[in-house]
This record gives sequence, C-alpha cells and structure tokens, in this order.
Amino acid sequence: MNRTSFHCTSSIPTSFSKVCHPERSAKGATSKDLLFARIAVTLGLAVLLFPQAGHAQQAQPWTQIPIPPLHPFHPQQPKRIELKNGLVILLEEDHELPFINGSIEIRGGSRDEPASKAGLVDLYSDAWRTSGTASKDGDTLDDLLEAKAAKVETGGDVDSTSVSWSCLKKDEDLVFGIAVDLLQHPDFKQEKLMLAKQQAAASIVRRNDDASGIAEREAAKLVYGPNSPYTREPELATIKAVTLDDLKQWHDKTIVPNNIIIGVEGDFDAAAMEKTLRDVFENLPRGAAWPKPAGDFSGPKPGVYVVDKTDVNQSNVNIVGLGTLRNNPDYFALSVMNEIFSGGFGSRLFQDVRTKQGLAYAVGGGYGASYDHPGMFRVIAGTKSATTVKATQSMLAEIGELKTKPFTEDERKRAKDQVLNSFIFNYDTKEKVLAAATRLEFYGYPANFLEKYRDGLEHVTTADLERVAKKYIDPSKVAVLVVGNQQEFGTPLTELGLGKPQAIDITIPGAPQQGMGAPGNDGGEQ
Amino acid sequence: MKLFPTLRLAALVCGFAVAAHAQDLSSFEKRITTKVLPNGLTLIVCERPEAPVFSYFTIVDAGDANDPDGQSGLAHMFEHLAFKGTKDIGTTNYTAEKVALDKVEQTYAAYDEEYRKRVGRDEAKLKTLHAAFEVAQADAQKYVVPNQFTEIAEANGATGLNAQTSLDDTQYFWSMPSNRLQLWAYMESDRIANPVPREFYKERDVVMEERRMRTDSSPIGRMVEQFLATAYVAHPYHRPNVGWMSELSQISATEAAAFHQIYYVPSNIVIAVAGDVKAEEVMPVLEKYFGQIPTGPKPEEMSTVEPPQIAEKSVILKEQVQPLYLEGYHKPDYRDPDDAVYDAIQDIFSNGRTSRLYRSLVRDQQISAQAEGFSGFPGNKYPGLFAFFAVPNPGHTPTEMRAAIHKEIDKLKTTDVTDDELAMFKTRARADLLRGLGDNQGLAEQLAIYQMRYGDWRELFNQLKKIDAVSKADIRRVANKTFVDTNRTYAMVEFQPPNPGAVQQTQGGAQ
Repeated sequence: MNRTSFHCTSSIPTSFSKVCHPERSAKGATSKDLLFARIAVTLGLAVLLFPQAGHAQQAQPWTQIPIPPLHPFHPQQPKRIELKNGLVILLEEDHELPFINGSIEIRGGSRDEPASKAGLVDLYSDAWRTSGTASKDGDTLDDLLEAKAAKVETGGDVDSTSVSWSCLKKDEDLVFGIAVDLLQHPDFKQEKLMLAKQQAAASIVRRNDDASGIAEREAAKLVYGPNSPYTREPELATIKAVTLDDLKQWHDKTIVPNNIIIGVEGDFDAAAMEKTLRDVFENLPRGAAWPKPAGDFSGPKPGVYVVDKTDVNQSNVNIVGLGTLRNNPDYFALSVMNEIFSGGFGSRLFQDVRTKQGLAYAVGGGYGASYDHPGMFRVIAGTKSATTVKATQSMLAEIGELKTKPFTEDERKRAKDQVLNSFIFNYDTKEKVLAAATRLEFYGYPANFLEKYRDGLEHVTTADLERVAKKYIDPSKVAVLVVGNQQEFGTPLTELGLGKPQAIDITIPGAPQQGMGAPGNDGGEQ
Repeated sequence: MKLFPTLRLAALVCGFAVAAHAQDLSSFEKRITTKVLPNGLTLIVCERPEAPVFSYFTIVDAGDANDPDGQSGLAHMFEHLAFKGTKDIGTTNYTAEKVALDKVEQTYAAYDEEYRKRVGRDEAKLKTLHAAFEVAQADAQKYVVPNQFTEIAEANGATGLNAQTSLDDTQYFWSMPSNRLQLWAYMESDRIANPVPREFYKERDVVMEERRMRTDSSPIGRMVEQFLATAYVAHPYHRPNVGWMSELSQISATEAAAFHQIYYVPSNIVIAVAGDVKAEEVMPVLEKYFGQIPTGPKPEEMSTVEPPQIAEKSVILKEQVQPLYLEGYHKPDYRDPDDAVYDAIQDIFSNGRTSRLYRSLVRDQQISAQAEGFSGFPGNKYPGLFAFFAVPNPGHTPTEMRAAIHKEIDKLKTTDVTDDELAMFKTRARADLLRGLGDNQGLAEQLAIYQMRYGDWRELFNQLKKIDAVSKADIRRVANKTFVDTNRTYAMVEFQPPNPGAVQQTQGGAQ
C-alpha cells in the first residue's frame, strides 16, 4: 500500500533505476527543468510555510488582500460494507465523468516473501496479469481491454498485492468481470514468468547505473539492515529460484476474503454496485488472517559510509536514522517539527543548504513515519563533489540544531498555517477521499484519523516541539552515506569526525562485468 | 515537451455518449470565459466547482530555444529568479536594495570582463574584483527576506507549487483554496511585472547543481545531451535547456533582466484558472491585477529553421553503465497537417502491451526490457524529432535494438496497420481526453497550452477531428517520408569498464 515511490518516467527518463513497464506508456517526451525536485516527504502531508511576520519594514500589500471564508465543503465519505467473511468494501460515487475505477487490495507483499526467493512478489504481480485467466490468456485480455481504452492491472508492493481496473461506465460489466476472473481463475504461465524474470534481471543489472538510486537503496539498508525484509534486493539467483508453483501458492495463500479490501470510485449507483460485489464475494470462505508485521528495528550503526562512483561530479549525501510509526502520539508534534526542519522553501534545511549557501538543488527529507513499522529519518542533498564535506557538515549542523536552537512561536505558526491552509488538498477529489479511506482501513487506523491529525496539529506547542526533538533526534545515532566520486572530494570525509569511512560493496552478485553476457535466457527452471 | 500529453487529452467532439455528463465542447463553452486584456495578456477562466479550490497555469511563450547565443540556460535561470520576490515581496527596503543590486551588477561586470580576457588577464586584479563582487553581494543580502514569495504562497495553502522550463516555453503553476484567488492574482502579476534579481548568483550555483544532477551525473542525461547536439546543426534544439556549464556559470542578472524585458510581455503570456471560481466575479479581479503589467511588443519570431539532414549521424558513448539505444528522425512542428499521423504512429508503436515495439522487442524476441517510439522530442513548437528508445536486456546490444526497430519501421512503410490498431488509437485518444477533464491542474494546463499554441483553447477538443481523419495510407505515407536513413541520428551507450587505476586509488575509502 505504500504507493508513493513508483513513478517510472517513460520516454527518455533523466534517470532510472527500475525498468519501466510498458503499460505505463509513452507520453510525449519531456525535456524540462523544474524549479525544484520534489522530495518524497515521508511524514504525512504537504509541506508548507508562512510569511515571516517579523522583519519586513516596508509596506506589505499582500496582508491587505481580503481572504473571504472558504465555501463550506463536506466531502462525502465512502460507504463502508463489511461482508460476513471479513472482506471490506468502500464505495465512493463520483458522477462528474463516465468512468469507474476500482482496486482490490490484498494483504501480503514483498516483506513476506522468503529471502531465498526475493523478487517473488514482483514476479507474481507481473506474471499474474500477463498470463491471464483460464478462459482468456493475457495477450487476449490486452487486445480486448485496449480496444475499449480500459485497464486491468495487477501490482505488488512491500505489504500488498492488488488487482485494479479502470474503464468507461458502459464497459464496467466486462472489465470488472475480467478483474474478478483474474482473482478467482488465474492461469500462471511458464512463458510469462520467464518474461517477468527477464525484465527483473534487466532491472537488477542496471541498478548501479543511477547514483541516486544507489543512495536510496543503500541508505535503507543502513537503517533496516542489509537482510531486512524491507531492504533486501531481488538478485539474479533469487529470481532464478522462483517457480510457477511459488506463484500459485502465493496466490492461494493471500486470496482470502478477510485479507481483501475493495475500493470503487466513479459513475455508479452505490446500492447496485454493492449488490454486484456481494454476489461475487459474499460466499467466499474465510481463510487464515494475514499475520501482523514483526521485525527488529534497531537503526543504523553510526559512522560514515561511502560508495565510490567515478562517473559522476555530484555526491548524493544521505544522513539516516530510524523513524517512527504514525500511531505514535508524538506523530503530530513530529509532523510540525518536520515542517520547520525540511518542509518547504522556508524550512531551516532548505534556507540554509540551498538558498543561503547554494550547495544543492535537491535537498530535503524528514523524520519519517510509516503505518505499521518504523519509518526512516532521512536527510538528503545532492552537491558537487568538491563541497561534499561542507554540505554534509551543514546538514549535520541543522540536525543538531533541532535540539539546541529553540523553536520560535513564529516557526510553529508558519508550519501550522502551511499544513492547515492546504489541508483541503487531502480530500478535494473523490479519488483522494477513497484512497485515504482505503489506506486507513488497510492498516487498521481509525476512519477519522485525518481529522484527529488536524486537531493534533492545532494543539502542538513549542514546548512539544522541544520535547520531541530531544526525545527522537540523536545525531550520535545517525549514519552518513555518500555516493560520489571520491577523487574529487578535496576535503576528506574523515573531516566529518565520524571515523574512517567504510566502503560499501555494491557489486551485483552473478552479474557479468560487461554490459552483456549474462542471464538472457537463464531466467529459471526450464 | 508537453504539448501532447494532450494527445491523450486530444478531443471529444464525436466522443462517447456523455449526454448525462455534459463533458463536450458545448458544455465547456458555457463554463469557460476568455479575455484578452488591453495590454495583450490572455486570461482563461474555467468553472469547475467540485471543491473550493482552484489551480492556475501560466505559460510564457519563451523557453531555452530563445536563449541568446552564449547564454544557454537563461530562460530556465530566469524561471528560478521568478521565485525570488518582487519590489514588495522579499525585501526589507527595496529602494536601498535596488542601489545595492546595481552595485552587484557593476562589480560582477568588472570581474567578468577581466575573467574573460584571453590575453593579459591580471590574476591579482581578478582577485580584487571578485572580492569587491563578494562585498557587494553581502551588502545586497542585508535587505533580503529569503524565500518570502514562496512562503506567502505556501502559508496560504499553495500545493504543487513549481515551475518548469523547456526549450519551447516556461510554465508556472500551483493549486490553492479558492478564497485565496485574489492573493494569487496579486502575487503572480507582481512577479511577472516586477521580478527582482536578488540572490541571483547563489541561485546560479543551485541551477549548476541541477545540471550536475540531471545531465553530468546521469548516463541517460549525458546521452540525450550528446544526441541532440548531434541531431541539430542550426536550430537551438541542439542545446541542453539547462545550458552548457560554461555559459550557465557566466550568466548575469543583467542578462536575465534583458530576457525578461523582451519575452515576459503580456502578449507572450496566457494564464488559465480552473476550479471553484465564477468568471463574472473573478474576471474583474484578474483584470485589475494582470492589466497592470506594462505592455510590450510581441517578441520577434526566430529566423532559424533546421536545414534538411543530408547524412546519417551517430554518437557512441563508452560508459561504465549498461547499454542504451536512442535514434531520431526530423519531423515537422505541431502545426503540420500530419501531426496527428505522428501521434498515431506513437500510439501504435508504444502504447501499452498491445503496442508493436512491446510485442516484438519485449514479448516475442525478448531482446529489450523497454522499447518505445515518441513524437516531438525535444519539443513540438519547432520541428522536433520522432525518436525511438530501447533498453537492451542483459546479453543484448544496442545494435540489435537498432536492427529490430528498423524492421518494425520497414513493416510500417510497406504494410498497412490493421483496422483494430487504428481504431484503438482513436478510441484511446478520446478516452484520454475525457479522463483529463476531471482535474483542475490538468485542465488549466491544457487550456493554457492550446490557447497559446493555436490561439484558441477549443482546439483541445477539435483535435479529435484530425485524429479521426488519420488513415492507414497516411501512416504509410508519413512513415516513408520520415523514416529514411539520411534523416536519422542515433546514439548508443556501450559498456566500458571504469579505468582500473582510478578504481584502485579510491577503493580504500577517503583519507
């Protein structure tokens, strides 16, 4: 369900660490430079700030502009139906356009696959759709659906798999029927598993070509451990070990109604849709509940880590530690702290590293919170090789100052205004309302969590900020990772005073040194 | 460039049975108000009262193709500058700051003149001049309220705040609660009319980091830069829109101001607003603010036209990364009567698992992890390229990609596409248009772009006529005309291990 970080750029991406799937198809080629890189904000909501009331001496015409009350707006919450077998349905009518979009979310994802078969869930979710069903193979489905500008896709993620569909209202019966057929009568085919393995192998051998991809991956390994279910990578050997039977077993194990949440949004009548879904799902027998995630989260071993990459002139600096969970009562205060620290143009980190010093274009991060396991504390910047140490020192200083530089009332107010004034963008479309409700349902959070979050933010004080910064921020527990061209650093990393830099070996096991050779056709058990 | 994510938003005239939804041109006619102000600026207001929010999209018809010689990257640099505030926003005392900023420019010009001397550069003098420049910057900095412009926007709920510059144009956009419309109009009009080049030289450092990230440190970025520099000999599409490092690193605020003077005139700008707004209420507000931008002559159109290519060209990059393949053929710009034919070829070659390149290279031959063809690279405003991009599977080479793509191209030239393929293209174009109408930001973008490019936003809907008119014979004709050897440029990335000496030196970790 963590669907934040999988946007493959089609056409000519400026970088890629994951080979795109064809169904995320070509837009017109873009060659654009943005004002700034949007860095995934790990903690909650959009990130915004407030005018510095303090120091402007001249007239401030914008303060004279009237802001009338906002038109009242009460987004309709989805209709929730829980079947006797535990399956949950969420329905959100939206009659603006003649489309219907649905998603069947199923508990269990890559964190639950065996380490020796890492990549299983990716292969499963690829081959599931491309193989097709007992009555129609995947290629036939492609022809059928594309002719109607409709989609049925299967997906896999760290904690879930899914079947989703999207179509014109007039095609709903056919398209929903295909989605259900995939769920109930999949027909996993050896040739499609092989194809999925080829694509996976292509991703694996290319994963060191992009510096920021390396940084993201290795930073997570430092925090959660290299063999953690959250960070282990599919390898050529582990994808080779996956068999057709593994896919079938995974399917049978996960497709039980009490592990499934269905969300549908669009141009339908909720009562009729409820009946359709009941007819299909009501009589499925309940199965074993999917186990809650467990794991040992101790955080990184402090120190400086380096990946040497000789074909870049910019260093990717990542400073990482362990984050928290969203159900932590301190989540609200940490969210405000995050806004102040790294939330927008006015945040301490952005103001210092980018605006004041001009050391980076991409800078950001935050104290992360996930729904059912600790997130990551991650602060990143991309800076030219020669300023690697300088930028890292600035980032470390900003982290340290969270504990020493008092949060001002002005900072607190700006952070709160940013979040609260943009709060409506959490639910300004029916798609967003349904997506949020589905997410909360999936992780077992209260349906009013968003309202509680808003109320919580309102009540955060500077004393709260000081308290959580003291409690959660510990510069002595972070790891510093640099992916860059060491010969160009100038100032050595030892200047950071965090000990001797430790080189990380990113060699890809089993991959040939050349750009060719290798797996090609040896995807697995023939 | 983005003229045609619009292909998906193509048109709707004879679309689906959507009577109940009123999402056709006539319904938009009722909800859209257009006004050209006396100063030449065009405003579009689209009423979509689904939630009390609005999105805006400003398009300036100037991109990095308009950068003066020796100043590549200037349009993009100016875009960054447009967030640094105005005479009112971002300063504690503009009158004093203006004096200080003039001094920055004087000291920079003196430094730059010495720096560029080819003969007789005086290093001691250069150092002194640079020190004076540093002092002047520090003095100007005293008046700066850093990032105040964006802070006001964000504190008032701005979301998705960003901007982008391509070779073709420059775009600014965000979304806000609808009760902030007047505040936005004040801010947007003020920064168009009165941008102040504060903190310019630090922002130039930021943009240089952007270049390092997107181009220098990215294998695909390096490949694309070399590819375009090879494909174009005369037209500015040969330059990277972020700029060559030498030129980018010497751009001055004075040059940025000159660019603004020429290109940020009202007649060169279209602004669209979509969301919970009533045209009769907001149009007077918008007129009040945007009408104050001083008028100016529409900039002169570019004279350069890329001459016909007369020989195949290539660039081979030896890199320590996995191989890649890219090729392109010159094609006309978006106004060409065959533009929709190129869209059809793109769709048939690249859209999804039914596409020819997927089925041939990925599914059947299993030589590629990804393969696509796409129209209008690096832009559409001027004649761009129809390009093909393929990512070889392990064990396969760029040369194999090239051969397999050419085989598909030959098929397109000699055999008609099927009825199903053609119908699929047209059906998807309609559906994609319709899907795009349910989003304020997407709507504002499409309306502004079509208004700018065709002089009438209705062309967004009327495109479907052109799409529906595409025939099998058109596709063969255009393929035969375009995809010829002498019109081709290709780039290959081939693997080469890193220099072993370099590896040894650095393997032990930093000292």
